[in-house]
Amino acid sequence: MAAASEPHASAFSAAELEFLAEDEMVEIVPNLRMDPLNFISGDFGPFRPQIATQVPLWLAVALKKRGKCTIRAPEWMSVDKLAQVLESERDSEKFQPLPFHYVEISRLLFDHAREDIPDIYMVRSLIEDIKDVRFHKIGTGLEIISKERTYALRLKNLSAMEANIVRPFITRALETFYKLSSSEMIQDSDHMPNRQAQATNRGPRRQLKDR
Amino acid sequence: MDSAAGESSAADDYESLMSTTDAELLKRAWRNEKAAPEILKFDADLVQRSRQQIQLMEEMVDEFGKNGVDPLTVSLYQMDLDRTMFLLRSYLRTRLQKIEKYVFHIQKTAEVWNRLSRQEQKFARRCAGDIKHHLEQSVLTKLPDQYQSHLRQSAASEDDDMVPEPQLDAYVVCRSKRYLGAFQLDDGSEEPVNIEADDLYALPYKSIKPLVESKQIDLV
Repeated sequence: MAAASEPHASAFSAAELEFLAEDEMVEIVPNLRMDPLNFISGDFGPFRPQIATQVPLWLAVALKKRGKCTIRAPEWMSVDKLAQVLESERDSEKFQPLPFHYVEISRLLFDHAREDIPDIYMVRSLIEDIKDVRFHKIGTGLEIISKERTYALRLKNLSAMEANIVRPFITRALETFYKLSSSEMIQDSDHMPNRQAQATNRGPRRQLKDR
Repeated sequence: MDSAAGESSAADDYESLMSTTDAELLKRAWRNEKAAPEILKFDADLVQRSRQQIQLMEEMVDEFGKNGVDPLTVSLYQMDLDRTMFLLRSYLRTRLQKIEKYVFHIQKTAEVWNRLSRQEQKFARRCAGDIKHHLEQSVLTKLPDQYQSHLRQSAASEDDDMVPEPQLDAYVVCRSKRYLGAFQLDDGSEEPVNIEADDLYALPYKSIKPLVESKQIDLV
C-alpha cells in the first residue's frame, strides 16, 4: 500500500505544551502601579501595589523576572494538598484529579518563582513522586489492555504532559489492534457464538483507568 | 471535595467566557489542526480577525515606542503580540505541512480542496506542479511507457494508488466540554462509548470527525 503515511509521532513538543500552559491564570501581588493592559489575549490589570490580581502565567513570569511582583503559589501546590494527592494516588488505581497542566505550571514556578513557594523542596519532591506514581500506573494500565477489541480508551484525569508522552504509544497500539481486529472480523464469520460470549465477558467498552 | 466542585464551576464559567475570545478560538484551532491527521477547514474569519488585531497591536506598540511609554509596558505588549503571532503562524505552517504531504490527494478530492484558503490553493497548485515535474524529470520519463504516471503505479491500476492519503483511522486523544452520552464508534459492531465532559479519550479520528467539525470535541 503506497499510503503508509505515518501519523505525527508526538503531536506537540514539550515547548508547545508549556506555551499552552502559560495561559493558565495565577495570582500575583504586584509591587508597582500600572494601568490596565489590553492584550489580544485579554484585558488584565490595573496593577496596584500589594493588591493581588489574576494574570496569565506568562505575564506573571515576565513581571517576576523584572522584579515587579511576587507570585502566589496556586492552591493545589501546598504541601498538605499534595501529600494528600500523593497518598490517594498510591492507594487507588485511578488517577487523582489534578490541574491539567500541573507539570508545566509547577516547572515554570520552580524555575522563576523559587522564593514565592513555601517549602519548595518538599513541594518539588512531592510533585516528582506524584509524577512517578502516575507514570507507573500508566505503564501497568497499558500492560493489561486486552489484545482483542480495544477500540477506545478512557484516560480520566490524565494531565497534558502525560497524555502527550503516551500519545504515540497509545495511538500506534490502538491502530494496530484496529487493523488486526478488522481483518479478523472479515475472516471470522463462523465463530459468531464465540465472539458474543467474549463481548459479554468484557462488559461495556474498556474503561482502562476507571475501575 | 466541596471546594473543588466550587472551583470547577467557577472555572467553567470562566472557560465559557474565555472560549469566545479570538485568542482562545485561535488556540483551539491550532490545537485541533496539529492533532488531526487530515487538514481541517480553514477558519478564514478567525484568521482575518486575528491578523487585524495583530496589525492594530503592532501599530500601537510602534506608537508606544515613539511616545516613550514605559519600556516595561511596551515589552509586555510585545510579548503578547509575539505569542499571538506564533499561534497564527504555527497554525498556517501546520496546514502547509499537511498540504505538502498530501498535495495530490487534496488536489483530486473536491471536498478537501474546498477546505483550503485561496492562498493555500495557489500554493497547493504550485507545489503539485513542482513535485510532478520533479518526479517526471528524475524518474518517470525513464520508466517504460506504462509506468509514467505520478499518480498510478502503472496504467493497469484501477485507482490512483501512488497518491498518499491521510490516515483517517489514526487514533487521537480528545476531550469534550460537555457530556455527549453514548456514542457509537464507526464500525458498528461495538457497544457505544460513553463520552463524559472533560475526560480524555483515545478514539479513532474518523469516528469523531463530525464532532470535531461541529466543535463539540477538541483534540488534545
